[in-house]
Amino acid sequence: MAAEKQVTTTGLLGWIDERFPLTVMWKQHLSEYYAPRNFNFWYFFGSLALMVLVIQIFTGIFLVMHYKPDASLNASGVPVAFASVEYIMRDVPWGWLIRYMHSTGASAFFIVVYLHMFRGMIYGSYRKPRELIWLFGVFIFLALMAEAFFGYLLPWGQMSYWGAQVIVNLFSAIPLIGDGLSIWLRGDFVVGDATLNRFFSFHVIAIPFVLAGLVVAHIIALHEVGSNNPDGIEIKKKKDPATGIPLDGIPFHPYYTVKDIVGVAVFLIIFSWIIFFAPEGGNYFIEANNFIPADPLKTPPHIAPVWYFTPFYSVLRAVTYPLFGLDAKFWGVVAMGASVLIFAFLPWLDRSPVKSIRYKGPIFKAAITIFVISFIVLGYLGLLAPTAGRTLAAQIFSVLYFAFFLLMPWYSRMDKCKPEPERVTE
Amino acid sequence: MSTEAKVDNSRRNLLVATSVVGGAACVGTLVPFVISMTPSERALAAGAPVEADISKLAPGEMMTVEWRGKPVWIIRRTPEMLASLKKTDSLVSDPTSEKPMQPEYAKNDARAIKPEYLVVVGICTHLGCSPSSKFKQGAEEGMVADWAGGFICPCHGSQFDLAGRVMKSMPAPDNLPVPPHKYLSDARILIGEDDKGA
Repeated sequence: MAAEKQVTTTGLLGWIDERFPLTVMWKQHLSEYYAPRNFNFWYFFGSLALMVLVIQIFTGIFLVMHYKPDASLNASGVPVAFASVEYIMRDVPWGWLIRYMHSTGASAFFIVVYLHMFRGMIYGSYRKPRELIWLFGVFIFLALMAEAFFGYLLPWGQMSYWGAQVIVNLFSAIPLIGDGLSIWLRGDFVVGDATLNRFFSFHVIAIPFVLAGLVVAHIIALHEVGSNNPDGIEIKKKKDPATGIPLDGIPFHPYYTVKDIVGVAVFLIIFSWIIFFAPEGGNYFIEANNFIPADPLKTPPHIAPVWYFTPFYSVLRAVTYPLFGLDAKFWGVVAMGASVLIFAFLPWLDRSPVKSIRYKGPIFKAAITIFVISFIVLGYLGLLAPTAGRTLAAQIFSVLYFAFFLLMPWYSRMDKCKPEPERVTE
Repeated sequence: MSTEAKVDNSRRNLLVATSVVGGAACVGTLVPFVISMTPSERALAAGAPVEADISKLAPGEMMTVEWRGKPVWIIRRTPEMLASLKKTDSLVSDPTSEKPMQPEYAKNDARAIKPEYLVVVGICTHLGCSPSSKFKQGAEEGMVADWAGGFICPCHGSQFDLAGRVMKSMPAPDNLPVPPHKYLSDARILIGEDDKGA
């Protein structure tokens, strides 16, 4: 027989601790998780992303109570799925609020995640020993894109329908298996009821589970190696000899829980303002065409993905040349896939002796500026109808976008970096 | 004490064999789940041919019928529209319809059984959007001045001429497909079936 576990807690907590490592986990992840004391503005977005995920799951549970994934037409000739969303908006008490929280939450999620990723890029948070945190993060980003894409079909409006049509057809560009694969994904020869039902299943069950699991892995990996900071130096190198606690570390709770709550409060003020006064986000969060029921016979005169996909969509459109006997459509899909997946290689592309932008040289500062401009310009072009001039612009900025990553092994080594400090700066 | 000496090889072999069989069973169990996502019997049965009445279609006009959930366009081309195909011969990527995007009987200059009537599936061969018609020539449709009339896809800007042939250097790789079809009479077309038993 194993000896009884020794715990220091008593009473109910002691009873639990003998059976479940509650106090151990609390200490490990909160009260005795030592985070660098120099976190700045950019460090709000990790906890905000977690909160938006909770908002999405919570509001989603209530939306599923009223939504019907059914593409057949009701007695008035309107698709049931489309009508059920209108029902939520008009007849379900407070349904409009829950739906707008969810639809605005989707855009908020991407804003927060893009800022969170940018933080990692400027402070070198992807560098050794944090490669796995970064990789889990890239997988979270991929899962999030899938989640958003599946969810966007559900209102069954014109943008929902034609967006899904275009994205599923991307797979048909793969030689040999492409056509079969896209039919398998749709479950029909065109986007239809079968597609709507399976996207609903992926959106509410499969991807949320994957997402939650990846978030747990992301945080476990983070707490294993410790947080990076705006100086990009390891606080674990300078520990108090008596306690073994990093000299520049402070317990996550209460210091950063309280700081993050301030971030949450500011975020919620802005978030509520959008929900109440601009829930469609000026046609960027919910596009005007999505208030028209899906019509499989007529593509709207201008279709564009939701804003958070447009940088990658622009890369897709920029490829207009066939290569190696494969047509431009295939290479466009390859380029779009690469423009997302290339983030995963950052830890191995960056050869700079320092992590943080604070100590990196002018070449990196120029490169990241060009990258941000390219990302925004590509995003803007992706919202517009293509013209010859815009396609040329998209081609130029796509090249700059990829150059930021692909030339990094060289320019990060050439750059004139400043020496890193011994301890974190104020 | 060496662990090597204690290995019971017959037990280990049994362990490996059961793991392999168990793993194969797991993979086998996935098969029905993967196959369940292919088109159902109902979806397969929905591909019946449809009939279109073209008696009321005026020259220069277009009508749309639904076949297998896709829009099929029937365009009654005027002599000027047919003449424009000569102009676009040098602009399109597959002027002689070499790629099998049409039945044999539509592999001709007009890509049609009767040159007057073009029957094509109105789905862009790029990513499946339905192109918009820009039939008028020149800048009238907001196109370039020497536009000969045709279609432009709203999604990625692929342009097609009035025979559904894709212009050079467009995202779309192929011409718009001509579905199998036949004339039941001068005024009626059956889409989805032809005399070749297709």
